[in-house]
Amino acid sequence: MGRQYETVIGLEVHVELATKTKIFCGCSTEFGGAPNTHTCPVCTGMPGSLPVLNKQVVEYALAVGLATNCSINQHCKFDRKNYFYPDNPQNYQISQLYLPICHDGWVEIETAAGTKRIGIHEIHMEEDAGKLVHDEWEDCSLVDYNRSGVPLIEIVSEPDMRSADQVIAYLEKLRLIIQYLGASDCKLQEGSMRADVNLSVREAGALKLGTRTEMKNLNSFKAIARAIEGERQRQIELLEEGKQVVQETRRWDDNKESSHAMRSKEDAQDYRYFPDPDLVPVWISDEWIARVRAQQPEMRTQKLARYQKEFALPQYDAEILTGSKHLADVFEETVALCGRPKEVSNWLMTDAMRLLKEQEQDASALSFSPANLAKLIRLVEENVINRTVARTVFEEIFAHDIDPEAYVEAKGLKVVSDEGALQKVIQDLLAANPQSVADFKAGKEKAMGFIVGQTMRAMKGKADPAVVNKLVREMMAK
Amino acid sequence: MSILDLTAVALGKKIRSGEVTSPEAAKAVLARMKALEPVLNCYVTIDEEQTLEQAARVQKEIEEGRLTGPLAGVPVAVKDNLCTEGMRTTCCSRILENFTPAYTAEAVENLKKAGAVILGKTNMDEFAMGSTTETSAFGVTRNPWNLDHVPGGSSGGSCAAVAAGEAFYALGSDTGGSIRQPSAFCGVTGIKPTYGTVSRYGLIAYGSSLDQIGPVAKDVTDCATILEAVSSCDKKDSTSMERKDLDFTSALVEDVRGLRIGIPRDYFGEGLDSEVKEAVLKAAQVLAAKGAVVEEFDLSLVEYAIPAYYVIASAEASSNLSRFDGVKYGYRTREYEGLHSMYKKSRSQGFGPEVKRRIMLGSFVLSSGYYDAYYLKALRTKALIKQAFDRAFARFDVILGPAAPTTAPRLGESLSDPLKMYLGDIYTISVNLAGLPAMTLPCGIGSKGLPIGLQLIGDCFQEKKIIRAAYTYERTRSYQAPALDGYLAAGQPGAAGGSEPGAAGGGCPGAAGGSEPEAAETSRQAAATEQEVQ
Amino acid sequence: MANIITDETMEYVGILAKLELSPQEKEAARQDMCRMLDYIDKLNELDTSGVEPMSHVFPLENVFREDVVTNGDQRDTILKNAPQHKDGAFQVPRTVE
Repeated sequence: MGRQYETVIGLEVHVELATKTKIFCGCSTEFGGAPNTHTCPVCTGMPGSLPVLNKQVVEYALAVGLATNCSINQHCKFDRKNYFYPDNPQNYQISQLYLPICHDGWVEIETAAGTKRIGIHEIHMEEDAGKLVHDEWEDCSLVDYNRSGVPLIEIVSEPDMRSADQVIAYLEKLRLIIQYLGASDCKLQEGSMRADVNLSVREAGALKLGTRTEMKNLNSFKAIARAIEGERQRQIELLEEGKQVVQETRRWDDNKESSHAMRSKEDAQDYRYFPDPDLVPVWISDEWIARVRAQQPEMRTQKLARYQKEFALPQYDAEILTGSKHLADVFEETVALCGRPKEVSNWLMTDAMRLLKEQEQDASALSFSPANLAKLIRLVEENVINRTVARTVFEEIFAHDIDPEAYVEAKGLKVVSDEGALQKVIQDLLAANPQSVADFKAGKEKAMGFIVGQTMRAMKGKADPAVVNKLVREMMAK
Repeated sequence: MSILDLTAVALGKKIRSGEVTSPEAAKAVLARMKALEPVLNCYVTIDEEQTLEQAARVQKEIEEGRLTGPLAGVPVAVKDNLCTEGMRTTCCSRILENFTPAYTAEAVENLKKAGAVILGKTNMDEFAMGSTTETSAFGVTRNPWNLDHVPGGSSGGSCAAVAAGEAFYALGSDTGGSIRQPSAFCGVTGIKPTYGTVSRYGLIAYGSSLDQIGPVAKDVTDCATILEAVSSCDKKDSTSMERKDLDFTSALVEDVRGLRIGIPRDYFGEGLDSEVKEAVLKAAQVLAAKGAVVEEFDLSLVEYAIPAYYVIASAEASSNLSRFDGVKYGYRTREYEGLHSMYKKSRSQGFGPEVKRRIMLGSFVLSSGYYDAYYLKALRTKALIKQAFDRAFARFDVILGPAAPTTAPRLGESLSDPLKMYLGDIYTISVNLAGLPAMTLPCGIGSKGLPIGLQLIGDCFQEKKIIRAAYTYERTRSYQAPALDGYLAAGQPGAAGGSEPGAAGGGCPGAAGGSEPEAAETSRQAAATEQEVQ
Repeated sequence: MANIITDETMEYVGILAKLELSPQEKEAARQDMCRMLDYIDKLNELDTSGVEPMSHVFPLENVFREDVVTNGDQRDTILKNAPQHKDGAFQVPRTVE
């Protein structure tokens, strides 16, 4: 029987803040855009340019710090982190080392063993780097500084997590808090939320922490879970073989499901931090803190209670809807337009969730306008289309955000309740299926169902089922 | 009297009154530049066409009444570490040899709004690192008073240009004395304002916490007028100060009665040339005679300013200059293997020895294990130096002392011993550490025929006090220009001549010294005689 | 000289500063650095205990920008001085193995 090991994990989470402009200049933070079209002398490190701090960055960082129970360094400063890399135009990153804005906070996560508190060591503000694209043809790299200077907060946890599940729960908790605050959309795929995993193992019961490694390039929850498992195994194997774990930064390759050390002679990892002389300190007054606290938007717990009370939703619905800030927003906006909260909830929880799952996406990927969902609900309510048709129309809304009224009109999907037209279809079907008529008359109700189904099929689903039922029964009984 | 002898303010007045036009003034300077540049090498970039175009445009605006300020139409030289849109800006380094900025520095922008006509970019020590202008990648600038001597630095090109009539005034920058020391060496007047008074936006940084831009001119009136024009609270510079007392010309008052002037004994000890000492103390006597209360005192900590400065300035420089890497602009080496080789080769080939020396020192003092011992120690020393000045300014309005221990050294003398060169900045450096305003103005001429500079230091935001003291002192003297007649052989400014004596000069050190025409030699001796008004 | 800077240290600082000095340059720089550090050690004569390191001379704080987009597309001027560029991006030697 081998030794038992405990995995100790701490996280460094980078979150891109939802400001309109960069942290130190008036360039747009909009995602995408042709290379270097959102740049200026400041965010490309032109000689003589100087940074000026975007106030909104401090507001967001402060809001996240307060929502994660942090203490605030009322006197905070920016430092330069010096290292050479082409995505870093000044060859120093403006960050906070000595006096970060927030420190010593915590969030609670749910685990199988109950509630667990994960400590937050600090939260600091910093600038993002540009993007490097590798050009295979010319064997070179191309630098795009559109992302350079986009504001980030880095949330550094204490080494309080023990498993991949806890890590995911912690990340989901952070994401929810930050999304509710409106401080970021936290999209892992687009890189607006990124996590580096610090992991070490130690023999169960040992007090001293093992040597840790830092894992980078993790861009989905699944990759994080796989990387944690992979690194845990690798370290245990090393220890079992009597070898040492080397403190280093490793890059996770999710395709190969393995990691490799990123060390090179040229990476001295000696960042020569010093206070940035181009920026002045930030003083956060008690009034400022109080104001940010007072302005804190409705968080999940409050929303959960309100949905049950105000909209009379079951707890289950309320939990799912509030599980994503975006989903909750879509829900509330739709309800504001068409009322009928339970109906809206049903569409989101069943059809929308099913489609998201099929595409392996989460609720943040919902991109249709609430107005179109509201219109669809009204079309059903007014019996303009039936539910079967509505489902297919919803798929179009989900995929292409179409206007359901125009779509139904153009595709001729309105319910047919014109008895004359239906009678003709049913008459033809009865003539073609004399056996069914005989069975029905012999008391087999099922035979009627067959004719109803055939009628609906012939009407391509557009017939009003109540009318069809009534007519088929009458005509078969004749 | 030639146009070129006019001060900037005097010329501005003549332009506004229609006596002279801006293009006429520009042409006169360009002709002087043509004659003297081969000898002095004050400029690294001259664009005659652009200058004349600007002058014509400004002249039109003056005539239409759209430009009415005191500097409208007056040609100016700009130090080559200030970005100028469309005009090459090199910091006198190979690494920026072909760099043309996409924007103009705020200070220069302010001058343009005041109707300035830009003549070109002046020579300087590479990235402002030096005290002689000899570390420039584009050759030394010679001192117009004696070509065998340096003009001082790092704003040597700006100061020499003003002294030689190759510009009516100039902008310089001062990190550890780079305006004040060359002003003293070239016999002109310069101000380093309180940190935060002039926007640093567009100034290519050396030591960001110490750098300030300031004027270099023929007299105190010009300096106050120019400083008033360039100062602004700039939203693009976070360290820029909101000040409501930028009307510096209001201090041009001949009255020092009751002004308390402190003479720090520590500035007059070992290492100070006796001629310099005598001239500076004599100036103090002149001010005392005018009613100032002059008293000696001990400033203390003077000897710690230089080591603290070199730690802080080198550390900031090592980080500020890391952006020069061959990626976005500037020099990229031709042959390299991979990214890091490209970085190292481009930087090693692009930077000169003094710059590399300071980057290495700066990187070392910030590196792991040394930060506390060197960098934090230096910042603590800076705090003590600031306190020492605070104590002094509780007693005095102005501190009076020399700008430099000697007059301008000979070419080549300083570079052989960097530490000695650094020691030459002993009277100027602590002012930058404490963020104070200070100015230098001529107070005599030494036996070698080289000017001696007087330094007046004020408390933060108290430029007006030093301007008042300087103005009062200046009224007791007359402005002296170096005798350059020998190099202006063709006589008339504007004539194409002047290249003959210049041909002997060129940019290479030591060449011009031996071939100076006899005429220049004698007139310089004449100039060496003191002409102070009692 | 009190301060001894080893060749390894010079090598290390060269990596940090991205400077590659020739053997002669390196030796000269090493000696310079030793002399400068000896000189800087003069600061140790001063008792600075209890003195706060002063990075900014003036107590200026809270200088902010409002979160408003002020810059448009200026790619052409930004790329104008680039030693090498391609498809609107700065071209550099390949950065990954």
